[in-house]
Amino acid sequence: MLKIYDSRFFAGIFLYQKRVSTIATLQKGEIGYISEESLDFIPLKLLEMGCLPGAEVQLVQIAPLKDPLYICVNGSHLAIRIETASKIQILKS
Amino acid sequence: MSKNDIKVALIGNPNTGKTSLFNQLTGLNQKVGNYPGITVDKKEGISKLSATQNAVITDLPGTYSINPTSLDESIVLKTLLKKDIKESPDVILVVADVENLKRNLLLFSQIKDLEVPTVLAINMVDQMNRKGITIDLSLLKKELNTEVVLISARKNEGIDAVKAAIIRCHVAAKASPLCGINNQIDPDYFTKLKEISPNYSLYELWLMVTQSNYPDAISSEEKQKLLAFKKDVSKLKKYQHKETIYRYQEINKILKKTYIVDKTKAKDLRGKLDRVFTHQFFGYFFFVFLLLVIFQSIFEWASLPMDLIDGTFAELASFAKSNLPSGVFTDLLTEGIIPGIGGVLIFIPQIAILFLFIAVLEETGYMSRVVFLMDKIMRRFGMNGKSVIPLISGTACAIPAVMATRTISSWKERLITILVVPFTTCSARLPVYAILISLVIPETKIFGFLNIQGLVLLALYALGFATAIIAAYILHKTLKIKTKSFFVVEMPNYKIPSIKNIFFEVVEKTKSFVFEAGKIILAFSIVLWFLASNGPTSFDDAEKNTIENLSNNSLSEQELQQKIASAKLENSYIGILGKTIEPSIKPLGYDWKIGIALITSFAAREVFVGTLATIYSVQADDENTTTIKQKMRSEINPDTGKNRFNFSVGMSLMVFYAFAMQCMATLAIVKRETKTWKWPLIQLFGMGLLAYVASFITYQILS
Repeated sequence: MLKIYDSRFFAGIFLYQKRVSTIATLQKGEIGYISEESLDFIPLKLLEMGCLPGAEVQLVQIAPLKDPLYICVNGSHLAIRIETASKIQILKS
Repeated sequence: MSKNDIKVALIGNPNTGKTSLFNQLTGLNQKVGNYPGITVDKKEGISKLSATQNAVITDLPGTYSINPTSLDESIVLKTLLKKDIKESPDVILVVADVENLKRNLLLFSQIKDLEVPTVLAINMVDQMNRKGITIDLSLLKKELNTEVVLISARKNEGIDAVKAAIIRCHVAAKASPLCGINNQIDPDYFTKLKEISPNYSLYELWLMVTQSNYPDAISSEEKQKLLAFKKDVSKLKKYQHKETIYRYQEINKILKKTYIVDKTKAKDLRGKLDRVFTHQFFGYFFFVFLLLVIFQSIFEWASLPMDLIDGTFAELASFAKSNLPSGVFTDLLTEGIIPGIGGVLIFIPQIAILFLFIAVLEETGYMSRVVFLMDKIMRRFGMNGKSVIPLISGTACAIPAVMATRTISSWKERLITILVVPFTTCSARLPVYAILISLVIPETKIFGFLNIQGLVLLALYALGFATAIIAAYILHKTLKIKTKSFFVVEMPNYKIPSIKNIFFEVVEKTKSFVFEAGKIILAFSIVLWFLASNGPTSFDDAEKNTIENLSNNSLSEQELQQKIASAKLENSYIGILGKTIEPSIKPLGYDWKIGIALITSFAAREVFVGTLATIYSVQADDENTTTIKQKMRSEINPDTGKNRFNFSVGMSLMVFYAFAMQCMATLAIVKRETKTWKWPLIQLFGMGLLAYVASFITYQILS
């Protein structure tokens, strides 16, 4: 039986986290596509600025202190905080 | 403005050249007013559309959508939803950036659904070749069902076409929705919504529901029905998301047919510059270097015009004094009004230079990079990357700085920024520091080139910034305000700044400072003058008593006059006030005369110097008056028999001025921006307490 203190449990969480890519896990210069499931987690304002499900998103630059992130999506160049970026799932091509 | 003028609202995303177009359309016919009820600046200008037709153009704040997330953006919605009042626009002119037309069209599609005649001006078309863009204009017109004009506002191309389009659009008065939000998302829901009122378009009703913003003329019955739609919040949110996606789908369909980008032709300057300006070392290095250049220029370039203004007003006062018949009115003019106006105008050079720099940084697009670099650091202190701009502006004056916080969408971050901005060393503190430093700090150099006086001034600036940051941190930890802290900044393309835009920006901001702060400072100068030149019965007896008491001494006429004036001041209302607070400020090393200067400083800090000048120099007809500095140096503390302004008193005073909230105009602006007296009062007493304690410690340690 799998218990909370079981090391396999933590490994499971680790693997799960590994599997899900978000804008925050992109490497500098890397490109991803915003997944359809993210829709509910994208703030309206970001949607309006072009951060739409299915859109291509590129991580252009990471701020010197690792936050915020400078992304290019749908022709818009935007800076968003990691807090927001980590909620937006992406698919890599 | 005449009745036949067409009312045009100018709307667009930030960084689309909206301001350039506004300046091209209106030229010098601009004025800044206030929106009724709210206090955001309203920029209006008159444009001559044709020989017979004028238009009144209102420049609305830049926004990405009608759904607002900051105070600036909410103005757009408020202006557009007030259909019933006279101010509602006849034609809406939407400005779009050719390079990012897709996103710009989102706002356009929302505007179009308001069912108001709309003109679309696609700007920066001179960049089309360089970016490899081609547009099928006639098809785009047809698809968008509106007037579309290609312009290049900076090069003054296509402006006449915009004017003609506004007239055509106004005459045709044709307004139809572009997308129509109802059918695609939930037909039943939106049909019911539409049935509430025939007076508004469906999209307007939808905005009333989602934004809780109602036109004045809506009936309470209709409002009740709309409120019923608000109950299911998650549904509203979901439909707003769907609406946005739907709009983008429609826009994509249209652009596919009309807009082609050949990416191979595009050249990328942005990437190269970004690599430098957001570099983890060079980025900060350049920013700090830039700040040094800005401060250096403020002091270097501003000192000459400031001396000129100072001298002019001093001469004006003495000219008026010697040429006007003596009397109460002349006194009011020469001792109250003229120095009062001079006290405001003297700051124009510094403030204009600072605004010039800020305008250039914003125009070039560099400011967004600063926000990007600083966000993480500022966030630790409860602020926002965008707080950097107000904190820099604060070194000129806290008033425009407080107003510059409007772009911060999180209320907590905005409030903290507003509360700590007055700690930054504003230009009104400079004259106080300057005179005190020259009095108590020796004019020696260390290592042969570092001027100690300059170092002390630098230390005072550092003290201001450090206190602002620490205060922000404390507020961040203590204020229990829950706001969604959401942050997004567009990183616009780098641009060469337009001289015309910068000129207008600097003129407008400086003007608004002079009038906002000027009113209050001038009013206070007059009140102070009254309080200093009137008093209870003992005031009237002061002259007689002094002459009687001193009649035996062999004093010169001048010395006698001086004694009389001092006696008068001591017995005036303000003198009595100074005497009353003397016991409480004695531990800080101050006497009642300095006490008076502290009180008068509440009008504005720089009044300190003027007040002491008035107190110490009262023989106005003496042509050989020594400078204020000399007068202060020769002032003797009767308790010790030594100089009044010694090192410990000077330091204590500087610390007091560094911390105390002595600025009525700032308090008034903070009240306006926070809509309650709570925050300005917290500033007043919190900063006052800090100033008192800090100068007490300073004086006790040093003396």
